[in-house]
Amino acid sequence: MEIVKSLIITGFGINCEEEMAAAYRLAGAEATIVHLNEILLKDYSIHDYDVLNFPGGFSFGDDLSSGKVMANKIKFKKLTNGNTLIDELKLFLEVGKYIVGICNGFQMLVKMGLLPNINGQFEQEVSLIQNDSAQYEDRWVHCKVTADNPSPLTKNIQQFAVPVRHGEGKLIVLEPSIKDAILNQKLNCLSYCTADGSITDEYPYNPNGADLNCAGLCDPSGQVFGMMPHPEAYLSLYNHPDWARKKRINPALSEDGEGLQLFKNIVQHIQSQQTTANTQK
Amino acid sequence: MGKPLPSIQVILKKEISDAKGSKVRKQIKERTGIETGAILSSKLFSINHSLSKKQLSRFAQNCLQDKVTDEVFVNQIHFPKNYKSFIAISKLAGVTDDEGISAQTALADLLNADIDLCVQSIFTQELFFLQEKLNEENLKQIANKVLGNPLINHFQYGTSKNPNDFIPFVPTVKMEVDTSNQFIDLDLADDALIKLSKEKVLALNLAEMKAIQAHYKSEAVVAHRKKLNLPAQASECELEILAQTWSEHCKHKEFNAIIHYENKETGESKTINSLFKTYIKGSTDKVKENLQAKNNDFLVKVFSDNAGVVRVNDQYLYVWKVETHNSPSALDPYGGAITGILGNNRDPLGTGIGGAKLLFNTNVLCFGPPNYDKKLLKGQLHPAQIMEGVRHGIEDGGNKSGIPTVNGSIVFDERYSGKPLVYCGTGALLPHQYLNKNTWGKTIDAGDLILMAGGRVGKDGIHGATFSSIEIDEHSPQSAVQIGSPITQKKLNDFLVKACNLGLIKSSTDNGAGGLSSSIGELATLTNGAVVNLEKVPLKYSGLQPWEIFISESQERMTLVVEAIQLNILELLAKEMEVELSVVGKFTNNGFLRVQYNEQIVADVSMHFLHEGVPQKTMLAEWIKPNISEPNFNVAFDCNEILLKLMGSLNICSRESVIRQYDHEVKGKSIVKPLMGSQGKAPQDAAVMRLDFNSYEGIAISNGILPRYGDIDAYQMSAGAFDEAMRQIISVGGQLPNTKEGDEIFWSVNDNFCVPDSVFHPQDNPDGKIKLAKLVQMCEALYDMATYFDIPMTSGKDSMKNDFKAEGVKISIPPTILYSMTAKMPDIRKSITSDFKMVGDLVYQLGTTYDELGASEFYKLFGHLGANVPLVRKEDAKRLYKKIMEVNELALIESSHDLSDGGLATALVESCFGQNFGLNISLDNFKGLTLQAILFSESHSRFVVSIKAENKASFEAFFQEQATFLGTVTDSGKIEIGMNGYKLVHLPTTQLLEAWNNGLNSHKVKRDNGNS
Repeated sequence: MEIVKSLIITGFGINCEEEMAAAYRLAGAEATIVHLNEILLKDYSIHDYDVLNFPGGFSFGDDLSSGKVMANKIKFKKLTNGNTLIDELKLFLEVGKYIVGICNGFQMLVKMGLLPNINGQFEQEVSLIQNDSAQYEDRWVHCKVTADNPSPLTKNIQQFAVPVRHGEGKLIVLEPSIKDAILNQKLNCLSYCTADGSITDEYPYNPNGADLNCAGLCDPSGQVFGMMPHPEAYLSLYNHPDWARKKRINPALSEDGEGLQLFKNIVQHIQSQQTTANTQK
Repeated sequence: MGKPLPSIQVILKKEISDAKGSKVRKQIKERTGIETGAILSSKLFSINHSLSKKQLSRFAQNCLQDKVTDEVFVNQIHFPKNYKSFIAISKLAGVTDDEGISAQTALADLLNADIDLCVQSIFTQELFFLQEKLNEENLKQIANKVLGNPLINHFQYGTSKNPNDFIPFVPTVKMEVDTSNQFIDLDLADDALIKLSKEKVLALNLAEMKAIQAHYKSEAVVAHRKKLNLPAQASECELEILAQTWSEHCKHKEFNAIIHYENKETGESKTINSLFKTYIKGSTDKVKENLQAKNNDFLVKVFSDNAGVVRVNDQYLYVWKVETHNSPSALDPYGGAITGILGNNRDPLGTGIGGAKLLFNTNVLCFGPPNYDKKLLKGQLHPAQIMEGVRHGIEDGGNKSGIPTVNGSIVFDERYSGKPLVYCGTGALLPHQYLNKNTWGKTIDAGDLILMAGGRVGKDGIHGATFSSIEIDEHSPQSAVQIGSPITQKKLNDFLVKACNLGLIKSSTDNGAGGLSSSIGELATLTNGAVVNLEKVPLKYSGLQPWEIFISESQERMTLVVEAIQLNILELLAKEMEVELSVVGKFTNNGFLRVQYNEQIVADVSMHFLHEGVPQKTMLAEWIKPNISEPNFNVAFDCNEILLKLMGSLNICSRESVIRQYDHEVKGKSIVKPLMGSQGKAPQDAAVMRLDFNSYEGIAISNGILPRYGDIDAYQMSAGAFDEAMRQIISVGGQLPNTKEGDEIFWSVNDNFCVPDSVFHPQDNPDGKIKLAKLVQMCEALYDMATYFDIPMTSGKDSMKNDFKAEGVKISIPPTILYSMTAKMPDIRKSITSDFKMVGDLVYQLGTTYDELGASEFYKLFGHLGANVPLVRKEDAKRLYKKIMEVNELALIESSHDLSDGGLATALVESCFGQNFGLNISLDNFKGLTLQAILFSESHSRFVVSIKAENKASFEAFFQEQATFLGTVTDSGKIEIGMNGYKLVHLPTTQLLEAWNNGLNSHKVKRDNGNS
């Protein structure tokens, strides 16, 4: 079986690249961290990889709104071959590969028009703006997975705990047609919920006031996935704020964190696709 | 006035609620009492580029507008209907405008054009529209006290009658200066020398000024200057270099002074030659011997670099530094705190060769109470304003750098309302080697190049080092404010880590206090000389004098030492990572620090005189026992009421509202976080982090600070703070060092002394001798504790002039010491958190309670100080801690919380917050103590622990009289404490939790009462 190759973008204030890389490595993939300028200025090719990741952080200090300056770079800055990086991302998706954005990375994907991309035009359709609390917050939340959503990352997961750490995570869906399409196509793959799994708009379970109580989106193809909370910060059981009691109650509890499963899912999904492709050859 | 620049305004669409506007409205009401009505926020960009109309609107729509949520207005200012007042806030000239620079980046990317990102050409303004029609005085008050700071911001305000008069403000720096070399005649009488020192903010005393005077008169110096065609007088730049290098901040003159100490209580008198050498370095020397004797020598580098270095394992070294940034935070709380934390980050980053990976931040803050109601003095900011600014600075400094803030503390005392204390700590990991070279060494050879990397130099922060060494008064220089840019530093940080790993850097250091003059001056001691070409230093704007360039404390800069052969490849890397890099000189070995500006020599100072020439101070200390006694306390009190009050009191209540705004999880390695349990409410003792994803090795981080105990006994205050930090690490499952041969358990501690002016002066500082005596006693305690437990200081800092003077009033802080402790956790999975785990578990107190209510939070409720301050009994403590270590091998303890502020009662309550457990507690097992002593005494070296019921027998047999059985964890949701059949406490856990949660909120002032 070929090893899954994951590329992780960093630079300009991105700061979760190392735990993203750890997530893929623990999930059995190979992970490479690359500075965005190596791609923009030095012809580093994204096409050698199976999954491309935009991690969390504060790119450009959240200036001009979160993810905006990076999204702008990707949309307009010309590579040496004359394409923009978003042209390359389109090619990357055309051959069936995957793009993941977490927190600041999710904000970038939304602002460059990759999520939810219902109209397929790569134009911004929704937004992520300042939390209702008007402040940055670090707290643990519960996410409920929308059954049968198109993303392979959430496969076979019903619900998981995960930390949010952001100031601008409130999803705004103004256009009714976009809202309908999101709901009909189950693109709102993650929703904030209470510990017992009821989706809620109550603070702090929904930590930012997001429309649809939505914590994560995917595109209609399921190839692009983004979420505000940080699954890469819950790779180990010992990241959870109540780990000691959980372990007391169940000493046989797995030492893996619940966030790791998302990365295992995408890696296994790509592996199974490769296997299918190989057998079809 | 010229034609206004093209402008673009961005404002939220009407259908989007403006969370920021609502928050600001609330803050204004809280801090000024002014009702503004609804507030809308907006952003304005002024663009100093020649763009076509089409380009401008493309820029507006693509780069500045969020098409989903925003409206944009090009070249017109939109004043929303029904909003009758406005306030516009912009940066003052020369203050970095990061968002403007980011807009320039966006413009460059949009047009695929080259735009200089080092020169500000897009300027931002924040606009607030207020519903109510407010008068100018109110608008001014809101602008100055809530929305900005007049030291760094420019304000415009008005009413809707005059919006058409509003022209966006564009800050421009216009300075005409004479850059020729100035020379200063030092052949002056004593009083003229003092005057000169004061006028030039040199912060040098008469003896120091006279030493400089004598130096310039000496034959060798006269001959040397003649040879160079320099006048006999000192150049302005030379004086400034000497002042920076000899500043208290850089040379620690008082910690190195000769002190004549007299203890009137014991009759002892002695002469101490340097507190630092005698007690601090002295204790580490002794600890090192003890460690070596048991094959545990983990100390790699102490007191000789920017941060202390210890060995973790074969893979890593651990680097640890804690500093203060008090004076800047008093003037500009946000800027002071953000540059405090970013500046402290650069210490581990610039240790050895450099490039350590930053692992975590900590911060300990001392403020005046948020409900401070005295009239504010000129230049004094309200403690609530300082607290919010500092908190915000730490938030941005840590969060935007991707470094988790894992541990901290906030102490309130009215004496911090002049100068707050802002302690910033950073831990980092270094590999042992880069390409077979030891990372912790600093080697430099003559001929190596000096490079400056990162931000540019402006007037900001000039005289920071000398300024922090004098008291703040209403004339404090505005340029002492420093401006932080986390994004600039993040880029610099990423670049340095990569360059070091590639072997391109030979050594590095931070540009902090004293700027280039200090960083180069210190590095040059390794080769004995350097030549600097100041015209090569990139500036934010023109108009700086050469000496200003050399001593400016503009932030986010590091000085790198690079071999000429590596320069090209390093420059390519810097370009790719968008970090500005400039060769500004080279190291020599001729014994002189020479500074040139366009071929002209502006300074040529002997390295020996620069570093060894400062005369040793002599100071007087005298200890007189204060006249204090225990109160005759026989008041009947209601335990329920007292406990609720204590839980909500300022020094005990929850810090959740602050903690949640700090990222304590980034890097994915945080194991014990500030708040734990299923509801995220249970406060913890030490923080625990793992070191990487492949092993469970980790580190515990704690802090100890008890300033109010110093009102009774400074020695016990220092010893107690040491014990507090140490017992937190024991509580979380850590181990004392050096208890076994070759156990690889490292400890690394930073001591941080912050004291008021302790130089005796009959009129200005009549109690200076007592203050200094307290400092001596704090150092004695440090020595005694460190050497008894073999816990080494590896780095530290002192801040000596924490007084605020204005209008003839002086507000001095209490002498304060912070111990910031870190220790190895061999397996983080064995960490013990403070919260109870299961119903039915048995609860014990470990350690002994004494009648020690002196300076307790309990006495404070009744307005008493008392005299029985908690004493550290180090022999008992060590015996107990070693037993806890033993019992932890068997994993018998399910939860452990150390006892501190509020004593046993508050620790029991806090331990229930993980899961809103109930408690059924009897105090019958305590003998010979009053009820208040049992519940509220703050005796040291104690813990509340819980165990499984099945382990009762073995646990009790093991601890014997060191353990006192208290009761059981219940599911009643009620905390019930009784004694001799009486019910003393009977309260729902949720009620106590609520009191604890709302503590900070309930101490807010409704109105700011100061002068505006």
